[in-house]
Amino acid sequence: MTTTTAERTALPSLARVYRTRAGVELKEFFRQRESVVFTLLFPVILLLGLGAVLDYDLGEGIDFPQYFMAGVIAAGIVGASLQNMAIHIAGERSDGTLKSLAGTPMPASAYFVGKVVQVLAVTAATLALLLLIGVLVHGIDLPSGGDWLTFGWVTLLGAGACTLLGIAVSTLARNGRSASATVTPIALVLEFVSGVFMPFHQVPGWLQDIAAVFPVKWLAQGLRSVFLPESMVAQEPAGSWELGRVALVLAIWCVVGLLLCVRTFRWQDRGDG
Amino acid sequence: MQKDPLFPTTRTLAAGPEREPLDDDAAISIRGLVKQYGDRAAVDGLDLDIRRGEIFALLGPNGAGKTTTVEVLEGYRRRDGGEVRVLGVDPATGGRRWKADLGIVLQSGAGDSQLTCRELLQAQGSYYADPRDPDEVLELVGLTEKAGARGRTLSGGQRRRLDVALGIVGRPRLLFLDEPTTGFDPEARRQFWGLIRSLRDLGTTMLLTTHYLDEAEELADRVGVIARGRLVEVAVPSSLGGRGTAPAVVSWTEDGVRRTAETATPTALVAELAARFPGEVPDLRVNRPTLEDAYLKMIGDRA
Repeated sequence: MTTTTAERTALPSLARVYRTRAGVELKEFFRQRESVVFTLLFPVILLLGLGAVLDYDLGEGIDFPQYFMAGVIAAGIVGASLQNMAIHIAGERSDGTLKSLAGTPMPASAYFVGKVVQVLAVTAATLALLLLIGVLVHGIDLPSGGDWLTFGWVTLLGAGACTLLGIAVSTLARNGRSASATVTPIALVLEFVSGVFMPFHQVPGWLQDIAAVFPVKWLAQGLRSVFLPESMVAQEPAGSWELGRVALVLAIWCVVGLLLCVRTFRWQDRGDG
Repeated sequence: MQKDPLFPTTRTLAAGPEREPLDDDAAISIRGLVKQYGDRAAVDGLDLDIRRGEIFALLGPNGAGKTTTVEVLEGYRRRDGGEVRVLGVDPATGGRRWKADLGIVLQSGAGDSQLTCRELLQAQGSYYADPRDPDEVLELVGLTEKAGARGRTLSGGQRRRLDVALGIVGRPRLLFLDEPTTGFDPEARRQFWGLIRSLRDLGTTMLLTTHYLDEAEELADRVGVIARGRLVEVAVPSSLGGRGTAPAVVSWTEDGVRRTAETATPTALVAELAARFPGEVPDLRVNRPTLEDAYLKMIGDRA
């Protein structure tokens, strides 16, 4: 037994399996029309629709689309990470994909690496599309200089926290379809109270307090600091962009999400294992 | 019987002294396997050895503990008692290298996919040390024309063949097949049997669960019948339930009346009938219990 095992060729390297999984996840996402439309086009429609309807001035020479850009991008990131993970992993769990993978020598880490690559690619595609439309249709001002750096870390931390939360939430759903029905309203409510669809200072105070517990509010706030001039900071309820706190809360959600994933992740449906 | 889940693998506690030691040369060796769901024991003290190179069929009604047993062997479920070795390794601790020697075709299948059959086999193969060529595997399961079709567009039977293809692409030494031919038409089933025989010729050990007794009889070197979490009998298909030595039933028509006789010496009876009738014995039949008769009798006795 031991000799025959040793005679067999070595298992493929982690790097090779990671590459395979990344390729699989990209194909699975971009070949599925529903998921592409749902994830990429939802924020685009939001940007075009609301941008066309609500065209008032927010002061300081800031029109609605410029203010709204941060919110739409936050919605895009939530869709590419939280909703995408929760819905698709629940689907893969109920149709047997996960159980089947767990029976192969694929290391568990490879599955998650593939998902992370998918989220990054979908997020990048969403951001590129939104920025392009923002500039071409609404003539928004792109961030400049150091704002790109802020844009980068806020996006990565926000997407990271939402990805981990999405993986954790996928465990609550019975199947892919029920996951979609549960997660989509939750995401919309979170986005609503977090100032994605309207200026955050117009959200009632008690809702602002609730929103402050969750990552979406901080993600949107960090993005506003990127897309709005310093003069607009006066409209923030805190009177500051609070970038330190944005980083802290999003990082805490990453840790909480990771702990939830490690504790709750299952490779098969409940009652099935 | 030790049922404390805290000490599921402690040899001295779990395997009673009355049991033979585990057979480390066997492909699968099980002693006193117990798996509880709440108060109910789904598997209740099961012993079994499956030799290397053997095709073993596990039969039993739904809920008898077949799938639970197989999923403990595959490493999906933790046992509550007893000792198990699969290719010499305890499935509860089996790592990547151990899994690389297994092929698993689950009852639930391998899921929906946007990837084509060939892409799925390439991806699956890349987890293994020495995978088979995807096109070769597609040919083996008769899916060559579907190589470029996406997984989710396949029909039920084609999907099941893809499941089998995914199970064998890693060149397993031990293949688990959980009801592999459910949903196959008779022709597809015959093709599948041919595939299993060619895998056997390559030395693959197989553990098959099935509801089709003709399939077990056709393929298996030995069959085991499981009922209420215990193995009722293990035998070659031709002698299960005493089939080989069971009395034969001879029937014929005489004076317009159908007659039957149960006898241990059917040849003598037939010779006697031949002497009694001038020509052919009308409607002569000699029957022995089929595998299905033997199986149903065993299951009926336990129910």
